[in-house]
Amino acid sequence: MAENLFFVDSEKLSEKALEKKHRLEQDPSSRRDHMAYMEGMERIDSTIRDKVIAEMNQYDYEKYTDADVRRALNSERCTVEDLKALLSPAALPYLEQMARKAKTETSKHFGNTVYLFTPLYIANYCENYCIYCGFNCYNDIRRKKLSYEEIEKEMRVIADSGIEEILILTGESRTKSDVTYIGEACKLAAKYFRNVGLEIYPVNTEEYRYLHECGADYVTVFQETYDSDKYETLHLLGHKRVFPYRFDAQERALMGGMRGVGFSALLGLSDFRKDALASALHVYYLQRKYPQAEYSLSCPRLRPIINNDRINPLDVHEKELCQILCAYRIFLPFVGITVSSREQKHFRDGIIKIAATKVSAGVSTGIGDHESKYKGEETTDGGDEQFEISDGRSFDEMYRDVTGEGLQPVLNDYVYV
Amino acid sequence: MKNDTFKLGGKEFSSRFILGSGKYSLELIKAAVENAGAEIITLAVRRTNTKDTENILDYIPDNVTLLPNTSGARDAAEAVRIARMARELGCGNFVKIEIMKDGKYLLPDNVETVKATQILSDEGFVVLPYMYPDLYTARDLQRAGAAAVMPLASPIGSNKGLATKEFIQILIDEIDLPIIVDAGIGKPSQACEAMEMGAAAIMSNTAIATARDIPAMAGAFKDAINAGRRAYLAGLGRVLERGAEASDPLTGFLRD
Repeated sequence: MAENLFFVDSEKLSEKALEKKHRLEQDPSSRRDHMAYMEGMERIDSTIRDKVIAEMNQYDYEKYTDADVRRALNSERCTVEDLKALLSPAALPYLEQMARKAKTETSKHFGNTVYLFTPLYIANYCENYCIYCGFNCYNDIRRKKLSYEEIEKEMRVIADSGIEEILILTGESRTKSDVTYIGEACKLAAKYFRNVGLEIYPVNTEEYRYLHECGADYVTVFQETYDSDKYETLHLLGHKRVFPYRFDAQERALMGGMRGVGFSALLGLSDFRKDALASALHVYYLQRKYPQAEYSLSCPRLRPIINNDRINPLDVHEKELCQILCAYRIFLPFVGITVSSREQKHFRDGIIKIAATKVSAGVSTGIGDHESKYKGEETTDGGDEQFEISDGRSFDEMYRDVTGEGLQPVLNDYVYV
Repeated sequence: MKNDTFKLGGKEFSSRFILGSGKYSLELIKAAVENAGAEIITLAVRRTNTKDTENILDYIPDNVTLLPNTSGARDAAEAVRIARMARELGCGNFVKIEIMKDGKYLLPDNVETVKATQILSDEGFVVLPYMYPDLYTARDLQRAGAAAVMPLASPIGSNKGLATKEFIQILIDEIDLPIIVDAGIGKPSQACEAMEMGAAAIMSNTAIATARDIPAMAGAFKDAINAGRRAYLAGLGRVLERGAEASDPLTGFLRD
């Protein structure tokens, strides 16, 4: 399998830091056991990880044939075997038929609606070395953590644009962005928005409960890849390295009282067919255990980052991405599917007619620059972005374009209780 | 198919047909059991041992697992009492919970059934609750320790077939327990259809009891249940949709 060239050395790193970085990159024995929990990390009693990983390991997508795909497309209910056929290479020639079936399922559950939201990054400090990410601790970027006043100012600007749902993000640093800081941001967000989601480092059940009480009700955690051996080679340092703690984050969030949870692999890091299968099964098994919760899937593909513009999603082209999203929709007709601004306008406009039910608008993945983006005012001290976006449409443009496609933009369908 | 056994309450059965014993003469039970190939037979505790000469237990072959039911119970407490009596009578630790508060339609009371299931599974019974096919109740029964769930197909004794088909399918899809379709199955073809859907077993009484030739109908049910099970394991073929495909492609926007 082809690989990205991820490693970049900043000139600003000290000799000692560089030496440690190189050792982590080159010598696996210098890295801690990625399956061992760190101090303070809660363990929960759950069999879901074992089930998902066992199914993924057994998945041999080359063995599926035309006949398997046709059977999956023609059956009323999609089984796990059908999902495996739909994610296999044999299904690529059937993409149009998959799209038609997916569209039917989407309209059964969601009608013509498309939800709009915007992400707000409040800090980009990070204690991890995840080699593909712009926020990684060795990457030379401008770091920033918004003060409460700055957060509120950003939120006001975003709320004024008409957006009612916000997703609060941070880099993964417990030291710089602790749970109380994030909780205060949630309290502020609850003043300006009807629906507050979180995409932060995984925390324990009681911390999720606290964040829920602060106003957040939806937690998204990307597993990045479900192949733990591959995961180990991508997350070299920091708490994010602990694979099982991250895997159980959504379950802890539900135990802590959150209404809904979001999932994804980052496509392009590993074998995308296996990762897509595992993502869907992660939702499937959790839904059987917590049937009262809401579930959503995302589908991010690798993007270039600051100081490394060569990073790309390898063999996950738009066709493959479309195949994955159609398979998700057919297997899990009831879940939300979010397509972020990592994808271009033409893709997002097309996929909302087939499978996606939520898109971001007015996006910045930098820190503290909404005022400049939304109102044209200069910002000089912002923090750098996590990755380059591909669709810079504002909220108004997105609202107009979604309407123009014959769909109904929805800003909120939610009440916090 | 060879190794396709039906596991229930720590036992393994090769038959997926649970036979009722009420509504027909005791002399016919032996023939019905044999023709049905049944390995589980239900009996109403209130019908046992009414007279010295008419003990139903004397008519049931020894290799058949008894499934005493709690018919007559109007709430959880009564069902629990009847179940305990059945165990004392030597009927084993299997029990089918039937709780009805309505003598006209004989529909099961789901709320009371969950309560009785919890108590009896805590006491070590293998609990098979008869229920109205409701997803939340089925989940509650699973949590309460049920060994299987027995949703009704249509009102008991009605022979009207799979009136609740959509809801039984939901239970089959969502509940990690055997789903045994009980009550209302009137013909072998209906039993076959339920098995094709993925039901683990069929329970039938009236359809056989009211047939002109009881042992022959028992045999017909056996064949139908086997055919449905084989079809389920084989994976049903596709159903063609009506109408032509539209020509305007949905995926024309894809670029790389």
